[in-house]
Amino acid sequence: METWFLEFPQMSQDALRTIKRAIDLGYLNFSRTYGDDIEGAFEPVLYFLIWFEKLLLSAPWWSIILVIAAITWFAARRWTLVFGVIVALLLIGYFGMWENTMRTMAMILVCTLLAILIGIPIGILMSRSDRTQSTVLPVLDVMQTMPSFVYLIPVVMLLGIGKVPGLLAVVIYAIPPVIRLTNLGIRLVNREVLEAADAFGASKWQKLCDIQIPLAMPNIMAGINQTIMMALAMVVIASMIGVKGLGQPVLQAVTNQYFALGLFNGLAVVALAIIFDRVTQSWGLRMQTYRQGTGDE
Amino acid sequence: MSDTAISVRNLYKVFGDDPGKAMKLVREAIGKDELLERTGHVIGLSDINMQIERRKIQVVMGLSGSGKSTLIRHLNRLVDPTEGKIEVDGQDIMAYGEKDLLEFRRHNISMVFQRFALFPHRTVLENVGYGLNTQQQPKVEIKTRALRWIDRVGLSGYEGYFPAQLSGGMQQRVGLARALATDAEILLMDEAFSALDPLIRAEMQTILLDLQEELHKTIVFITHDLDEALHIGDRIAILRDGEIIQDDDPQNIIMKPADDYVADFMKDINRSRVVRARSIMTNLRGTETGPKINASMILENVAQVMGMTPDKACIVINKQGEPVGRLTIADVIKGMARPNSSGTRIT
Repeated sequence: METWFLEFPQMSQDALRTIKRAIDLGYLNFSRTYGDDIEGAFEPVLYFLIWFEKLLLSAPWWSIILVIAAITWFAARRWTLVFGVIVALLLIGYFGMWENTMRTMAMILVCTLLAILIGIPIGILMSRSDRTQSTVLPVLDVMQTMPSFVYLIPVVMLLGIGKVPGLLAVVIYAIPPVIRLTNLGIRLVNREVLEAADAFGASKWQKLCDIQIPLAMPNIMAGINQTIMMALAMVVIASMIGVKGLGQPVLQAVTNQYFALGLFNGLAVVALAIIFDRVTQSWGLRMQTYRQGTGDE
Repeated sequence: MSDTAISVRNLYKVFGDDPGKAMKLVREAIGKDELLERTGHVIGLSDINMQIERRKIQVVMGLSGSGKSTLIRHLNRLVDPTEGKIEVDGQDIMAYGEKDLLEFRRHNISMVFQRFALFPHRTVLENVGYGLNTQQQPKVEIKTRALRWIDRVGLSGYEGYFPAQLSGGMQQRVGLARALATDAEILLMDEAFSALDPLIRAEMQTILLDLQEELHKTIVFITHDLDEALHIGDRIAILRDGEIIQDDDPQNIIMKPADDYVADFMKDINRSRVVRARSIMTNLRGTETGPKINASMILENVAQVMGMTPDKACIVINKQGEPVGRLTIADVIKGMARPNSSGTRIT
């Protein structure tokens, strides 16, 4: 019997090796040629990140807790939530994880900001044309299903180890939800309402700013919330390429089997996640009080 | 200057993948069933011709699927025709580019929708000011004008409410105020009161007629409700399967229906409340005396007057008080009865 019937007809090892090497070499050349330029392009973001991290680290701990509590109050208007947030932050500090938490928080906030700045315009473009949507959606699918470690390789090859590659990896990993939900939210805006805007001579820009984005806001907020959660997950993985913060002790704990260290830092990540999640969600909810017909403002 | 505000000529709308190609077949006078079978296209509107008079209420009436909503959306080009001409104030609006069209919609024409289509995230004040917003008027101006119209439709005190907090009738008042606030000459009303319950609907009709007395807009009003059409229309066009069957004065539509379809429509109305004296009066016979009645009086009221002197003919007078015709009790009874109503037989 023929061998192809019993064994999968593979391409020869040599050929496979050549292909892989060609891809690696090609990418290596690309990163050698453009690596510096790309890194240069990220310079402003890097400065911002460093400035923000320094700010969070140098400000007295109680002032930061105060600011976060105030933001929570303005976003959610719930004392119980504010109280919970304060307690969580106090515990994190008491267990000696304050600095790492601040680093992670700086990273998350900058990544989320970047993801929003890039993601919302892409989502808007997608909502305007079915062609754009059908090309972007599969890309997002790949981005979301690709194992997150794989992102680290090309990023490290391109930019080496440090904050910028970490930032890039986190943004790539975390951006799909905000794009998807911006697109979805705008597409779900009631057609009759849009027709009314048309009938009153609204230009495309007026329709987008006055009608579509405000009405899509609950969905966009849900997307931002998801993006933050994914950024938090990725920030731990990104510690493998030198991103400082709560991820590093976790990585250390994994390699050395320090169970307690891993657990504490893991719990700190969970606490951060809960704070971000509750605050963005209740803000999203409060933005649509008009739907319940009880808006008192 | 002509009195025509909107002129629609030979308007066709074909729905489908390639309306242009289907249009050729339509011009060969192929039936709509055959068109659907051969090309999968549907005729929405077929050879519509209308001259809509300035400062009058033109009603377009038809059952659902007759194409009336499609027709009204052609007038501000929310829908573009497959073929035909639409002129507003002598301007060919089909020739408008994108910019002209926006300006036209901002300043010359506004619309009220069946399901209100208010902006749920904007307050009443912001909703009413929306048209002024797109006109890019200064903020202060928007607020004062919006407040004036909110007051005019009787919603003072509700400026800060969101649409979801208002009842259906109140929401449509917001819709009406939003449309009036732009000071557009032409007002399109797409089944504006159909979603409201009967009492509120009657109230809204009264509000509209009151406003019209003062504003004299050119109003195109779509409805499927004959009573509503007869109540507010200066002229009524009846649409069936995308064609206008009759476009006439309401009295003429009642008294001289163009075909059985229209006659069938009229059969359930309360004629004593809609037929007016002038529609059934006969010629004067020399110098007669009798109770005087107004030419625009409805038969119900004429009957009341005549009941007092049943054996005398009434003299019908016009607005100037000149006698223009006469009516006997027999005329009134004939006028109230349905013309050639089947099923009634004299034995």
